[in-house]
Parts: sequence; structure tokens; C-alpha cells
Amino acid sequence: MESHEKTAHEVAKICTLAGKIMLQSGAETYRVEDTMNRIAHAFHISEVQSFVTPTGIIFSIEETDLDMTKLVRVTERGTDLKKVVLVNSISRSIAEEKLTLKEALARLNEIEHSQDVYPVWLQIVSAAIASGCFLIMFLGKWNDFIPACLAGGVGYAGIIYFHRLSQIKFFAEFTASFLIGLISIGCVKIGAGIELNKIIIGSVMPLVPGVLITNAVRDLMSGDLVSGLSKGAEAGLTAFAIGIGIALALALL
Amino acid sequence: MINMLIVQFVLSFIATAAFGVLFNIPARPLIQGGVVGMIGWMVYFVLYTYFVGAFAATFVAAFAIAIISQYFAKFYKTPIIVYSVSGIIPLVPGGLSYDVMRHFVENSYNLAIELAAKAFILSGAIAMGLIFAAVFHQVIKKGSTAVKVLKK
Repeated sequence: MESHEKTAHEVAKICTLAGKIMLQSGAETYRVEDTMNRIAHAFHISEVQSFVTPTGIIFSIEETDLDMTKLVRVTERGTDLKKVVLVNSISRSIAEEKLTLKEALARLNEIEHSQDVYPVWLQIVSAAIASGCFLIMFLGKWNDFIPACLAGGVGYAGIIYFHRLSQIKFFAEFTASFLIGLISIGCVKIGAGIELNKIIIGSVMPLVPGVLITNAVRDLMSGDLVSGLSKGAEAGLTAFAIGIGIALALALL
Repeated sequence: MINMLIVQFVLSFIATAAFGVLFNIPARPLIQGGVVGMIGWMVYFVLYTYFVGAFAATFVAAFAIAIISQYFAKFYKTPIIVYSVSGIIPLVPGGLSYDVMRHFVENSYNLAIELAAKAFILSGAIAMGLIFAAVFHQVIKKGSTAVKVLKK
């Protein structure tokens, strides 16, 4: 009996760790719940319930001889889809019974602490290129391409830098979009750019909470009401930060 | 006109792939995500420019993106979000939601609320496209097993 209880504890640990990594890396709510349930089933624990919100996970096991509930708090959320892919592949190999409890736990711990991301300069260059491309996709003029790249790149660099200074996302987003506003207006004033509005829209695209907005509506539609509403609130707050950052720049210059 | 379409093709591929870098998507799905984004944007752009309104164009494009992503996800055994996420970015009313907040800050509340409703409807169209595609997939799967059951 005792070993069974011990296994259940370990399974709960693995499930919540996998769920936590996925939630922090930007996986959809239903996928996090589904993955945790699948892992538990693969380890022959059939009665599990999981409840996932953007700020925390509740996971419980309910067998005849033991009841157990775990709560995991999640404070940092970002988008790191590589981790989602890795956790997903681990959950697959657990389901195929290729991994033991210990191995799975070790692999998950490794993923949680890994910092395998693209170099910062590449991220900034990508943001700059994406901004320029979006400008043309939204039917802007080619003359505005360089200003949009510049503003988008600096804005993204700003958000990385300010996010390291302060853990408050709102502050980083506000300051970065203020920078974007200043650069775009500056470019138009010195004659390097033509359409101010298009430049701004193109260069704020890397900051805009596009995924969050869509996931919020999607969660609402699929019945995850709590996650849907809170993601919507987060997205609204980000859009607000960007809006007032740009508006402040417009008011100053 | 053909030139413009080709430019849109190439740029939407680059833009969605570049967005994938920001989301830290591994290299191979990055290219596939770019293809998904390119197809989605072309569907949207052609429909919106020549045929229908923004809602229908967004819905159809999101549906197309989700169907292709599902195919990739199944084939390569990776979560679907890896392929669909950067594809839907160009469709998302990001510029619009920034416009909403700007109008709020500039005290033009009526215009802001109008634009906010529009942004909400458009993100609803994307979500509907994604969910309909998932349902479509399930129905086909269930439908084919149901046929097998009937044949027995």
C-alpha cells in the first residue's frame, strides 16, 4: 500500500511539473489539462482532476485508498514554444511507457531549468524584420520600411531590457511603446517616413498581445471561462500599456 | 497586381517565420509555420481585397490555418500551437486594438468603443475559425469510424 502511495506522490509531482512548464511557456489551457491527465493515466492512476488557470494549477488524485491534491502557483508567463514541444514529446514517451517515473522527472527538471532560446540579437533582428514586413502587408509604402524596422527593433530591444529592470510587464510595455512612438514620430519629422500611423502599427506588432487575445476568446468558447476572462484582462492591460505609451509620445512631440 | 501579390506572399512568409523566432519555435517548425502563415495571409488578403468583408475573410483564413496546422501537427507529432500561432498573428486585430486604446487615451470614446467592438468581433472570427477546424477534424474522424461500425 505504502509504495502505491509513494508512486502516486511522484506521479502528482511529474504531472504538476509538466503542467507548470507548459503553462509558463504559453500552451493552451485545454492542452495543459489534457497532458497532465494523460501522464497520470499512463502511470495507471485513473481518477484525476486538473484545473488550470493562467495563474495556477490545481491537481488532484482520487483513488479508493488515497486522496491527494496539489496546488502550483504560476507567476511568470511567456511564450517559449520549444519547451511546449519538449514536454509534449516527454508526455508521448510516457504514454508509450518508454520512460520510468525517475527518468521522466529528471528530464522535466532539465527542461524547466534550460535556457535554450535564440540569441537576443537574433530576436531583435527578427522583430525588426517582422515590423517592416507587416508595414508592407498592411499596404504601407516602401519608403516607410526602414523606419518601421528601426522602431520595431528598438521597441523589442526596449521590452527585453526594461523587463529585466522591472518584473512589472506593464512598465516594460509602456516604456517600449513610448520609444517606438518617439522614433516613428522622429522619422516622419525628419522626412525619412511618410505615413506615421502605418509605421506605428507595423512596429508595435511584436509587442501586441495577439496570441493572448485569440487564446482568450478560444478558451471562452471551449468552456474554460476563468482562463478566458483572465487572459482577456491580461491582453487588455497590454494593449492599454501600448496605447498610452504611443499616445504619450504623440502628445509630447 | 501580380507583383503586389508576390510581394505579399514573400513578406508574409518572412514575417511569420520571424515571429516564430520571438516565440522560440525550433528551426524546422519555423519554416513550416512560415508556410502556414503565408497561406493564411494569402487567403485573407485575396478574399478581403476582392470578395468579402473582414469578418468572413478572417474566419476563412483562420480555418485554413488551423486545418493545415492540424495536418502538420499530426504528421510531425508536435503540438498544433507551434504551427498555428505565428500564422494567426497577421490576422489578429493588433493594430486595431492599439487604435482602440489610443482613441480612449485621446478622449474620443465613441470611436474607441466602435473599434473595440470590431476588434472583439475579429478575434472572435479567428477563434471560431480555429474551433470550427478542430470540430471539423473530430467530425470527420468520428464520421469515418461510424461508417466502419455501420459496415459491420
